[in-house]
Amino acid sequence: MTFFFNVFVTGLASASSLFLAACGLSIIFGVTRIVNFSHGAFYMLGAYVGFTLTERFSSDFGFWGGIVLASVIVAGLGALVEMTLLRRVYAAHELLQLLLTFGVTLVVEDLVVLVWGPADLLGRRAPGLKGALSLFGQLFPTYDVLLIALGPLTLIIVLLLLRRTRWGVLVRAATQDREMVAALGVNQRWLFTSVFALGIFLAALGGALELPREAVSHTMDLQIITEVLVVVVIGGLGNVFGTFLAAIMVSELNAFGILVFPKISLILVFLVMALVLVVRPWGLLGQPEAATRAASGLQIMRWRPLRSRDRLLVAIGIAAAALLPLVAGDYLLAVASEVLIFMLFAASLQLLVGAGGLVSFGQAAYFGLGAYGAALALKQFNLPMAAGLVTGPVLGAFGALVFGWFCVRLSGVYFAMLTLAFAQIVWSVAFQWTEVTGGDNGLIGVWPSAWAATASHFYWLTIALVAVGIALLRVILFSPFGYALRALRDSELRAEAIGLSRHRIQWIAFVLAGAFAALAGALYAFLKGSVFPDDLGIPLSIDGLAMILLGGVGTVSGGIAGAALYKSLSIWVISQTEYSKLVLGLLIIVLVSLFPQGVLGAFAMWRIRHVVDAKP
Amino acid sequence: MKTVSAVFAGLMVLAGLASLDVPASAQETIKIGEINSYSRLPSFTEPYRKGWQLALEEINAAGGVDGKKLEVISKDDGGKPADAVTAANELVSKDGVVMLVGTFFSNIGLAVSDFAKQKKIFFLAAEPLTDAITWSKGNRYTFRLRPANYEQAAMLAEEAAKLPAKKWATIAPNYEYGQSAVAVFKKLLSAKRPDIEWVGEQWPPQGKIDAGAVVEAIARTEPDAILNVTFGPDLVKLVREGNTRGLFKGRSVVSFLTGEPEYLDPLKDETPEGWIVTGYPWNAVAIPEHAAFLKAYQAKYHDYPRLGSVVGYSTLKAAAAILAKAKSTNSEKLVDAAEGISVDTPFGEVTFRKADHQSTLGAFVGKTALKEGKGVMVDVHYRDGAKYLPPESEVKSMRPQD
Repeated sequence: MTFFFNVFVTGLASASSLFLAACGLSIIFGVTRIVNFSHGAFYMLGAYVGFTLTERFSSDFGFWGGIVLASVIVAGLGALVEMTLLRRVYAAHELLQLLLTFGVTLVVEDLVVLVWGPADLLGRRAPGLKGALSLFGQLFPTYDVLLIALGPLTLIIVLLLLRRTRWGVLVRAATQDREMVAALGVNQRWLFTSVFALGIFLAALGGALELPREAVSHTMDLQIITEVLVVVVIGGLGNVFGTFLAAIMVSELNAFGILVFPKISLILVFLVMALVLVVRPWGLLGQPEAATRAASGLQIMRWRPLRSRDRLLVAIGIAAAALLPLVAGDYLLAVASEVLIFMLFAASLQLLVGAGGLVSFGQAAYFGLGAYGAALALKQFNLPMAAGLVTGPVLGAFGALVFGWFCVRLSGVYFAMLTLAFAQIVWSVAFQWTEVTGGDNGLIGVWPSAWAATASHFYWLTIALVAVGIALLRVILFSPFGYALRALRDSELRAEAIGLSRHRIQWIAFVLAGAFAALAGALYAFLKGSVFPDDLGIPLSIDGLAMILLGGVGTVSGGIAGAALYKSLSIWVISQTEYSKLVLGLLIIVLVSLFPQGVLGAFAMWRIRHVVDAKP
Repeated sequence: MKTVSAVFAGLMVLAGLASLDVPASAQETIKIGEINSYSRLPSFTEPYRKGWQLALEEINAAGGVDGKKLEVISKDDGGKPADAVTAANELVSKDGVVMLVGTFFSNIGLAVSDFAKQKKIFFLAAEPLTDAITWSKGNRYTFRLRPANYEQAAMLAEEAAKLPAKKWATIAPNYEYGQSAVAVFKKLLSAKRPDIEWVGEQWPPQGKIDAGAVVEAIARTEPDAILNVTFGPDLVKLVREGNTRGLFKGRSVVSFLTGEPEYLDPLKDETPEGWIVTGYPWNAVAIPEHAAFLKAYQAKYHDYPRLGSVVGYSTLKAAAAILAKAKSTNSEKLVDAAEGISVDTPFGEVTFRKADHQSTLGAFVGKTALKEGKGVMVDVHYRDGAKYLPPESEVKSMRPQD
């Protein structure tokens, strides 16, 4: 019995530390609807700045003062980011903020290594709280007692701020209805800035408070970011108390879970999230999202199929691209094949996000299932490559069929997070099922058959399959099905009133997008000769979103341009520069700031304004 | 129209890349392609880079290989196997390197070794520890410098068998490295000591250990001794929670890699004492080869070497020795030259075994201790890798016949 009490209290300490990290994100998420991907980066910055300050001011007071001062400094940085970067894109697609904060994260990850050096740093223990209490004969760190107190204390302060102050009233109003608050004459800009700064302050505080518990390293942000996102969503968007409950639930389940299943930690939070969202579509304490007013920035451009002249140009373009092997070497052909493969991947995601309005954070799952489907056909069943190019998409489509059924019952951010949860579950299966998938050592020796083995042959195969894939996606988009999908995106109620079934149509779209992503994944397996759990990972899903956002989510085929741009840039940057994340992050920030509608979106806007024959 | 512009945009980007695709000119140098996870794991790879840069300087100052200077083209893989394959392809197809060296993570090492097999290019894996790279997934073109997981486990199991402890628990990161380290250690120790009982195991995800809960769970199984395989930030958290919660009190701890400066130094004054570890006590290695290396390293960088520095240095020295012996840059000749070659390293002479292409580089086994507020290794003994590898006749059957 006393043992279980000890485990419970240990779980509470973890919960508090998780809540402190997540609480700021919950506030930002709830009010501004920004999926602040840089939350982890600011958490890490809090720890690094806190490290410097607490080393510098070595008195007891210096320690606590250093932690608070570090949080204030980092909050200032956060406010600066909000004012200079995020403010520019509030009017655009809401995912653009995700991309922008992703860029910020990349920059910060390289910056901390440049500033603080590559070695892991050990922060000071908290003065006066170095030892342990005896709890039923078990030792329990006194610092954890402080954490257990700090979690609920922060919760109470935040709740008081939100419930008892005028600022809090405005924030809660903005959480419910942003436009209305603005219409009533509240200066939204400062409201958003203050909310963002407060959120970042809490993130940095959470990071700095970890100093006595862990090492400061440049991977801290990745350790925390998905976990806190998940906790916030489990709790229910914008509900800080829900976040607190979710943190306790996740931490306690982990603390007890590892007693029975020592490997459960890898996947626990995602399992919990999937279960919670399936049972409660808006999280533990969340409310259904208010019907959004016309998503701005999305429907400005009208879509139409290609005219015959354009089709001719596309055909010429493809023919010209097919001549590349005449001038290019093996490396360039491999890069070109990779770019083409990601064009198809991005196009599949664009069907969901652009036409369907269904933001998926887990599209990599289907890409990866395609890759594994192809690789397993070769390795387990000794089938040739051609069979792998079929089994891959079949496996991907099957995965999308199963997971899609659950996902389309949700909407908005919850839909996105459920796709993420399923993607992580698939990832963990690939990671753990060593006998079949090879675990994290992956499957190697997945090379193309002899007829496609040379770089030029493989390139031609890729260009053919990708061209057909993208053409099919466009046919789907301009078929009655595509119109139905867009109708549901633009107004679910009206679309259902004319007899369109949301679940069925979005489910089909989900499966189609999954199948095409899986075709891309199957090609990718043969291009690389190997498959790893990375091919299913969150970073790849984020890459996909970056591609369609850079290209223009409001366009028909922006993803294709975005994929070409993003993939070429990232390959070039990692090959040619020493601080590739820094450079890529800055490039993303610049591109997003210059073209909030994406490069293709900007181009289309320019055409509408300047080209005479283009009717609006 | 949008597709048209998309296609054009793509073509323009490709055209831009095409300008980079011109094969490099003048073949006055011998080019070696080097790949590592510089941006993902700078704490290990930065000292590693310094190590090979020092070796490169020394080799070229001594006239290079066969009258030609060596040139190293170095690429970052970002910690992703797929990007490592892209980098390898660039090095081989575009830059025209004669061999590949480097890599840290096991999965990246395996991806590059498979690429090497496919393209028939020589690959010297520097760091990856997985046994698979030389055994179950070994191939003709791949060699490995660092002592494999198996060897480190064997060295530690030998020490562990001398302990009186009967009840053992294990803590290891939940991925291939941790799993195989535990599996081999268990097998070897149980073989030596049939009386041992394995009472508990914990598998925290790499980089995300919930240390308090793990420590509680292990303490509950009341082991006499603990095997630890975590490293880096996870190790720091585990040590802090374990120290405070008294987990290590009165218990023996055997720990992989903890004596490497990369992982020992961050523990500072919280270094637990008396752990049996593998590692690299840079200021306690007495042989002249190491003294020369240490002097040159400190003169150049005004810093002490980490294990990564030794690995980087030895990797390039080995590459140069293989090139010199082969008197050719042909992959087949390089492989033939490398099989059985002996190379000088800061740890003394090592040999790349013919049967499995594993070098006999060893590791230092010792105990952790606190000295002037810093973690150090004491009671240090160098363990020659050759003594801990299965005999060459045995490993033949462990490798695929290609």
